[in-house]
Amino acid sequence: MEYFVQQLVNGLTLGSIYGLIAIGYTMVYGIIGMINFAHGDIFMLGGFSALIAFLVLTSFWAGIPVVLALLIMMLVGMLTCGLWNWTIERVAYRPLRGSFRLAPLITAIGMSIALSNFVQVSQGPRNKPIPPLVQQNFEVFGINISLKQIVIVVITTVLLAIFWYIVNKTPLGRAQRACEQDRKMAALLGVDVDRTISITFVMGAALAAVAGTMFLMYYGVVVFTDGFVPGVKAFTAAVLGGIGSLPGAVIGGLLIGVIESLWSAYFSIDYKDVATFSILALVLIFKPTGVLGRPEIEKV
Amino acid sequence: MASNNTRPDAPLPANQSADYGYALKEAMYAGLITLGMFVLFIGLKTDQNIRNELILVPRWGLLAIFVIIAAVGRFAYIAWLGPAMASGKAAKSRKVVSTEKSFLAQHWTKLAIVFLFLYPALVGGSLKWVDNFGIQILIYVMLAWGLNIVVGLAGLLDLGYVAFYAVGAYSYALLSEHLGLSFWLLLPMAGILSAMWGIILGFPVLRLRGDYLAIVTLAFGEIIRLVLINWTEVTKGTFGISSIKKADFFGWFTFNIADPNYIGKVFDIAPSGTYYKIFLYYLILLLALLTAFVTLRLRKMPIGRAWEALREDEVACRSLGINTTNTKLTAFATGAMFGGFAGSFFAARQGFVSPESFIFLESAVILAIVVLGGMGSLTGIAIAAVVMIGGTEILRELTFLKAIFGEGFTPELYRMLLFGVAMVMVMIWKPRGFVGNRTPTAFLFERKEVSGSFTTEGHG
Repeated sequence: MEYFVQQLVNGLTLGSIYGLIAIGYTMVYGIIGMINFAHGDIFMLGGFSALIAFLVLTSFWAGIPVVLALLIMMLVGMLTCGLWNWTIERVAYRPLRGSFRLAPLITAIGMSIALSNFVQVSQGPRNKPIPPLVQQNFEVFGINISLKQIVIVVITTVLLAIFWYIVNKTPLGRAQRACEQDRKMAALLGVDVDRTISITFVMGAALAAVAGTMFLMYYGVVVFTDGFVPGVKAFTAAVLGGIGSLPGAVIGGLLIGVIESLWSAYFSIDYKDVATFSILALVLIFKPTGVLGRPEIEKV
Repeated sequence: MASNNTRPDAPLPANQSADYGYALKEAMYAGLITLGMFVLFIGLKTDQNIRNELILVPRWGLLAIFVIIAAVGRFAYIAWLGPAMASGKAAKSRKVVSTEKSFLAQHWTKLAIVFLFLYPALVGGSLKWVDNFGIQILIYVMLAWGLNIVVGLAGLLDLGYVAFYAVGAYSYALLSEHLGLSFWLLLPMAGILSAMWGIILGFPVLRLRGDYLAIVTLAFGEIIRLVLINWTEVTKGTFGISSIKKADFFGWFTFNIADPNYIGKVFDIAPSGTYYKIFLYYLILLLALLTAFVTLRLRKMPIGRAWEALREDEVACRSLGINTTNTKLTAFATGAMFGGFAGSFFAARQGFVSPESFIFLESAVILAIVVLGGMGSLTGIAIAAVVMIGGTEILRELTFLKAIFGEGFTPELYRMLLFGVAMVMVMIWKPRGFVGNRTPTAFLFERKEVSGSFTTEGHG
């Protein structure tokens, strides 16, 4: 039982990271109906920004408090990734809006290849380790909970609360929801659609950057290929939760994280990615709307 | 590019003089954005020192070059290039396209095939040109033509095509190792096995919409690769299967120097590794031509018509009584079969297969070739394969770049980066690919070229 709860805790930590990435996928899909394949690489860029920010910080101020360091790493990551995703949307995706349906997806795949190879070329192909930032462990009812797990879950919860507030209570969020429902009508009613879409990309990238920072803190290492597998898993999470639904993305992320760690614990660690990919296939085949998604009505 | 006119930064109409103040402002923004994007990634490089700790190496000069290029480029685009392109476009739209075709345009497919057959002689049997360029490009041409049946004709986006390539390669490797069958028996068997996998994987997923289908096929591709890695008893995992038997010439002579009927002994010529390469070149050329031939013939058959109809409009297809599931399955299986052929050829050529060769990136590269070539156009795809694969192979040859960028410069490193950037740029510049015209196979009275921009995609 304790083993089970332990794995559950590990899974929820991992799931928080997936959930944060999944929000970026689900928002972009909801608003322009496009799978932003490069989103996983934005997450990887976030990890690298945090890494470089950390190195800069420690080279100027060796004894910097960990909380401050993490905050600055996250902020730098959010700004950098937001700028990257804004530019990518502006340069690569916007001209293709209204083109044939597969064009944006193919462009996004090209972008994903370009981004990961850009990091490989500019930062080198090797693993980039950092010293452990947060090390304390707590023993609660026989379950080992590390401080970094608590940090990850707390930060995710806080960000989600802020995010929920933005989407549901602010004019910006109203514009986003309007664009999601009907872009043309929203434009007629005075919503600046282009601007709303840009902001959506920036918000998704910021959350992915936070996920990247926490990934770096949790595993202590980042490498240029790190975008692909977490990206596909986060996409699976978005699909599992019902693509287009924000709470769905988080629930899907948590589910994927838990399934992955339970699978590794009880079945086989080698096949954990096979399990995730199979879930993706099964959900798409049997319940394409996911847990919380709305059924899609095809207009002829 | 329908929304071009509404963009705030749209190029000025040709008759107005360029607004240098606006261009300067835009250039400044571009420079600032570039600075923000690249300050961490280009400005600083993470390196390991002797104690294996990460240290930062500043590269501010390189960063400055990037920022200046972006700013100057943006300025030039807004001030001169944009207006020039706008006036060019206006002139082009009035031009009447001549329908008369030159001799070269009429017969160039035949000329190209003749050239391809003479190619090994033209390069003097040089191993580099036959093997690294000829065979390498032709493998991708064949794979892309195979995928073209799925993506270009039936309009089903398949991101896991490399899985069938892997099935073909492993079928050949395992069956020749355990059963000792010859290449010519295993080639069709590998094709059939791949087609079977195509049906098995395709059956549950083919009712999904385009981009969902893409992601599921990606998942299947990754599952097959992960199984190949982890099922070590059969596939030997990441070590791969080595010393796979070479292909032979229908049992008449072989290319193994130890065999009694080695080509050198049969014909009394000096032993050399070149014979096998040249044999492989012609083999893959014939396989690729077979793919093209089958594609062209299938397009004229009811099933090919059904594929193209499916691509254009699935709902209309269904209401006309076409069984869409079966139609999609045949496309999927046919494409998979050619992937299997190419896979068994690959195994026979390399003599070694490992899961490393079947990563997602390969699928993306093949798909990129199909899309860049203009989906459905065989010529366009062949051109795209030559440009993309040949272009990236050429990068290895560009040693003179070392003189410009210093000794440590390795052009190969930039291969995939350039590939990704090229994919994005071609999609923006020509979303319909290099050859964006579609010639309808079914027509009333006369055949008319339809510009790619007039056709729409179905919900395949």
